[in-house]
Amino acid sequence: MSAQTVDLLSFEETLEKYDPALGLEVHVELSTLTKMFCGCPTEFGAEPNTQVCPTCLGLPGAMPVVNRKAVEGAIRIGLALNCQIADWCRFARKNYFYPDMPKNFQTSQYDEPIAFEGWMDVALEGEDGEPETFRVVIERAHMEEDTGKTLHVGGATGRIHGADYSLVDYNRAGIPLIEIVTKPIRGAGERAPEVAKAYVAQLRELIVALGVSDARMDQGSIRADVNLSLAPRGSNVLGTRTETKNVNSLRSVERAVRYEMRRHAAVLSSGGSILQETRHWHEDTGITTSGREKSDAEDYRYFPEPDLVPVAPSREWVEELRGTLPENPTQKRARLQAEWGFSDLEMRDTVGAGALLLIERTVAAGTAPQAARKWWLGEMARRANETGTEIDALGVTPEQVAAVQALVDAGTLNDKLARQVFDGLLAGEGTPDEIVAARGLAIVSDEGALSAAVDHAIAANPDVADKIRDGKVAAAGALIGAVMKEMRGQADAARVRELILEKLA
Amino acid sequence: MPEITRDEVAHLATLARIDLSDAELDHLAPQLSVILDSVASISEVASADVPPTSHPLPLTNVFREDVVVPGLTAEQALAGAPESEQQRFSVPRILGDEQ
Ligand SMILES: [Zn+2]
Repeated sequence: MSAQTVDLLSFEETLEKYDPALGLEVHVELSTLTKMFCGCPTEFGAEPNTQVCPTCLGLPGAMPVVNRKAVEGAIRIGLALNCQIADWCRFARKNYFYPDMPKNFQTSQYDEPIAFEGWMDVALEGEDGEPETFRVVIERAHMEEDTGKTLHVGGATGRIHGADYSLVDYNRAGIPLIEIVTKPIRGAGERAPEVAKAYVAQLRELIVALGVSDARMDQGSIRADVNLSLAPRGSNVLGTRTETKNVNSLRSVERAVRYEMRRHAAVLSSGGSILQETRHWHEDTGITTSGREKSDAEDYRYFPEPDLVPVAPSREWVEELRGTLPENPTQKRARLQAEWGFSDLEMRDTVGAGALLLIERTVAAGTAPQAARKWWLGEMARRANETGTEIDALGVTPEQVAAVQALVDAGTLNDKLARQVFDGLLAGEGTPDEIVAARGLAIVSDEGALSAAVDHAIAANPDVADKIRDGKVAAAGALIGAVMKEMRGQADAARVRELILEKLA
Repeated sequence: MPEITRDEVAHLATLARIDLSDAELDHLAPQLSVILDSVASISEVASADVPPTSHPLPLTNVFREDVVVPGLTAEQALAGAPESEQQRFSVPRILGDEQ
């Protein structure tokens, strides 16, 4: 679509005139070993079209069979979202022509979702810093299959019979997807963008805790579509909605809601009307552009899938799965905060940085909570920020952080040397121990060498030494610096200080 | 009895990507109406004690375990494709659906 300059109303003015209604559709790719309806593997990043079979290619005569593990995943997600689980439900064919689905239909669920009528209490920060919750009502969670990946080749010539074409890889086609749909979220007002982001963040956390998906937004294993409409303030009349797709980070969820609110407000307040359409989010420019209009092309002609029999989970099975649910995230946060002794502020920063589960695993691997927090929110957050990735996609595992901190605790490394070990880890140089050995990073514990370096520093800085002899202990910093320099940073600063003070006592 | 109009048939043909000429529409619309009538007559026979069904067998919960089964190689998968490139299916430009 052509780029146009779009007028936006200020966020403040938008809120003076309109009430937003939000709807969120989140797709979660399950981490089953095989696809939804066939035994093809689901590994990410395999060579194109190497994880396919007649069923997921839609070849004539191929028959789908439902993956039990995927149904379990769907039920567990439903239960964790406080949904009811259907006694009996069917799959349906959603008919459309787009080459990402070789069958020309997607096997999905229509009016009989496996899970329905749930809710999630989303944790927000109240005005006075006190925690506050906002209840998001879940309409349904249903089972379906992912599509293939399309690669568009050639530039747009503007001519229909141009040289442009597309290349399709069906490895992803048929991977189990759970689509989770909220009821319209109203009454959030100015907090609508924040509620949207917090909902997706908390849902992601829940999915990870359930262990049903790796829920990586950067790899597309969890994806959000944002529906938005505005009603004249106080009118309670739902306006026309737009559906924004391709919102692939938590930050973008918030930005996309804010952007669409301001765009709708500008259109409506100048007497225009909103077109019901799909819009695409552009991460780089922070805007949405028009996609296809909702039209005849989206008349999906759903009908019950004749090749699959209904799914009728017994109440025993559902209760058995309920027994496998992890701790509720809100309660878990409260428990961890108490166990770790974090302040409210520290806890909020931890959750905000998406580091809760990382710190939990680091602590489980033997690191003190504050040390774990320091590494993830300091060094790792900085590195993630520099490379524009999420903190959990950086490539350093909690177990590695724990191994490095264990070396610090043992006196083998100081923090500065530890940072070089992380350089080595990210460069794939082996385990922390191997990197320390290969790079020669260990702190020199040879007292003779250390003592000699202290003597050199004292001899080279007689005026500083005199000040320390006179009791100005603060001056020791200059000598510590000189010793550390001679030792190339590979000394324990606290021990150096002790030696200096002993010698100048 | 449901009667399918010529416009409805034209609409369905568009959805199904079937290119029908005016003559074909004139020919097919009444035929489809007859077929619909025949199918509708089944609901006259079905009484209240016959539940609607979408499957001939009264089965539920037919599942497979989450175990990998070897599928096709890329070469086999692409064997029937009219065109392929970079080990992918090559398809004509997708009209009116710019991303
Ligand atoms: Zn397959």
